[in-house]
Amino acid sequence: MPEQLVFAMEVTLNGLMAGVLYALVALGFVLIFKASGIFNFAQGVMALFAAMTLVGIMDGQVPFSHLINATFGTDIHHFGWHVPALLAIILTTGVMVGLAWCVQQFVMRHLVNQAPIILFMATIGLAYFLEGLSDLMWGSEIKNLDVGLPQGINIWIDEATFNIFGYGFFIDNLDIVATVIAALLVVSLMAFSQYTKEGRAMRAVADDHQAALSVGISLNFIWVLVWSLAGFVALVAGIMWGTKSGVQFSLSLIALKALPVLMLGGFTSIPGAIVGGLIIGVGEQLFEFAIGAPYFGGATQNWFAYVLALVFLVFRPQGLFGERIIERV
Amino acid sequence: MKDTEGYVTADGRKIGGVVMEMKNITLRFGGVVAIKDISFDIREGEIRAIIGPNGAGKSSMLNVISGFYVPQEGEVWFRGAPRPPVKPYEVARQGIARTFQNIALFEGMTVLDNVMTGRLTQMNQNILTQAIWKGKAEAEEVANREIAEKIIDFLEIQSIRKTPVSRLPYGLKKRVELARALAAEPKLLLLDEPMAGMNVEEKEDMSRFILDVNDEFGTTIALIEHDMGVVMDLSDRVVVMDYGKKIGDGTPDEVRTNQDVIDAYLGVAHD
Ligand SMILES: Nc1ncnc2c1ncn2[C@@H]1O[C@H](COP(=O)(O)OP(=O)(O)OP(=O)(O)O)[C@@H](O)[C@H]1O
Ligand SMILES: [Mg+2]
Repeated sequence: MPEQLVFAMEVTLNGLMAGVLYALVALGFVLIFKASGIFNFAQGVMALFAAMTLVGIMDGQVPFSHLINATFGTDIHHFGWHVPALLAIILTTGVMVGLAWCVQQFVMRHLVNQAPIILFMATIGLAYFLEGLSDLMWGSEIKNLDVGLPQGINIWIDEATFNIFGYGFFIDNLDIVATVIAALLVVSLMAFSQYTKEGRAMRAVADDHQAALSVGISLNFIWVLVWSLAGFVALVAGIMWGTKSGVQFSLSLIALKALPVLMLGGFTSIPGAIVGGLIIGVGEQLFEFAIGAPYFGGATQNWFAYVLALVFLVFRPQGLFGERIIERV
Repeated sequence: MKDTEGYVTADGRKIGGVVMEMKNITLRFGGVVAIKDISFDIREGEIRAIIGPNGAGKSSMLNVISGFYVPQEGEVWFRGAPRPPVKPYEVARQGIARTFQNIALFEGMTVLDNVMTGRLTQMNQNILTQAIWKGKAEAEEVANREIAEKIIDFLEIQSIRKTPVSRLPYGLKKRVELARALAAEPKLLLLDEPMAGMNVEEKEDMSRFILDVNDEFGTTIALIEHDMGVVMDLSDRVVVMDYGKKIGDGTPDEVRTNQDVIDAYLGVAHD
């Protein structure tokens, strides 16, 4: 097999792994958008907030310690204990559910029936508020996140590919685990929406608010539920990204990468978010490898996704799986 | 008619006491007064029609009963007690199901799925018990599925059970919407123009279903209808509205001979 092709395969595999993360963030967007028509600009910051909270809880950090110390002249930073990863994840999930409740109760509930642009602005406000809150609660320094996920080169794949191609692929264990977890998450979400009472109610709300009310569904409850689910998805994305490159404020920027994913996959399709994420992940790696690096001087990952999305928008505005938009006349 | 005993209809059906009573309801939208100081009651087991020309405030009245609109004045009495302000979903959970004038179905779901959403008020499992106690949740799903299928049979829509609602013609959509409302096994069923836009044959079917529902399940029904023939055939008592006011209330025969009612219908252009 020609050398270039073997490299391209490795690049593709790595692209798939990167795509999983984009897909997860896009999934959070889709959940909220489907049920409420809100384009949640804060999805990326939610991932940051979740990851910060997780680290904070695991390390036994005192939340708002700067604020407390400045107000009361104390000097406390740590509780002096460490919380096991699993328990910390459960607690953080609780925090994200609480956040979902607050968002619904204090913001979105008051904006029902407002124009989409108003709702969008509200989520921009929420994004900056959350970013500030993360900073205030847990401090702004880069933090290490280690929940015990395996990391480093996967020896087995390295050896297997070496035996076949005479070249060992570098695939990170973390990426493999991330892919498996993301797949499990998506499958459980699908099962939840298909087979549970709340899932059925969620689909009903996504379809028609008035009809949903008439069969006894509380829109408020469903919205808290989808914000909670989106919060949990953000936590999972935050754990993966945070483990890979440390928990830092740039984490909130992955939300921007989710945008082209949504344009590709459609704003209302869960499978679309997944496939879109993978396409963008693979596409930008392959493009960089085959065209970007040799002809454009590299770093095409920064813009490739957006150009691809733009091309898509022109030819298929509803995305790969999104519902057709037919103007009624 | 103020007795709690009820009455017996000409065809021998027993009508019970008052289940729902509207007391001096006034509803405004800005300057528009959609309902002006209207009172009437609905008795257990009866078919109560609300009629009137376009824009009379009929749908608004149904929306007040089902909690979609909140009147500025007046009280809604339900089962002998004034009802505090409630959300539409709470009304649904109290056993009041409804259909809409403009049809509000879950267009992306199949007929069966739509009917199953009607069962949501009857499902007791919650998020946690469903995850922990899978068997119990499955048993509940199967039981609900059976009831949904029964209603689908009852309304003779078996052949479209698995069809996405968006592909159905208007008349069938109306029927699916009725099926979904029935799936909740409501005590009180509110129908907003269930026969609008139907041909004669479809209207006959729908009339038969409405009578059968009332007869077999004892469901109390309040319905809005434009077709006078249908109203006269179906209903036990009729409320007549015009420009937000009540201009008549009584049996079909009483209403038909009421001069105000005749004037309203002759004086207003009507489809
Ligand atoms: N949500 C609303 N906002 C503003 N005005 C409304 C609203 N709903 C109803 N109205 C007004 O209230 C009045 C009564 O409307 P309603 O729909 O209750 O009449 P209707 O008797 O059902 O008429 P139709 O036979 O055409 O269905 C109308 O003037 C209508 O414009
Ligand atoms: Mg109407």
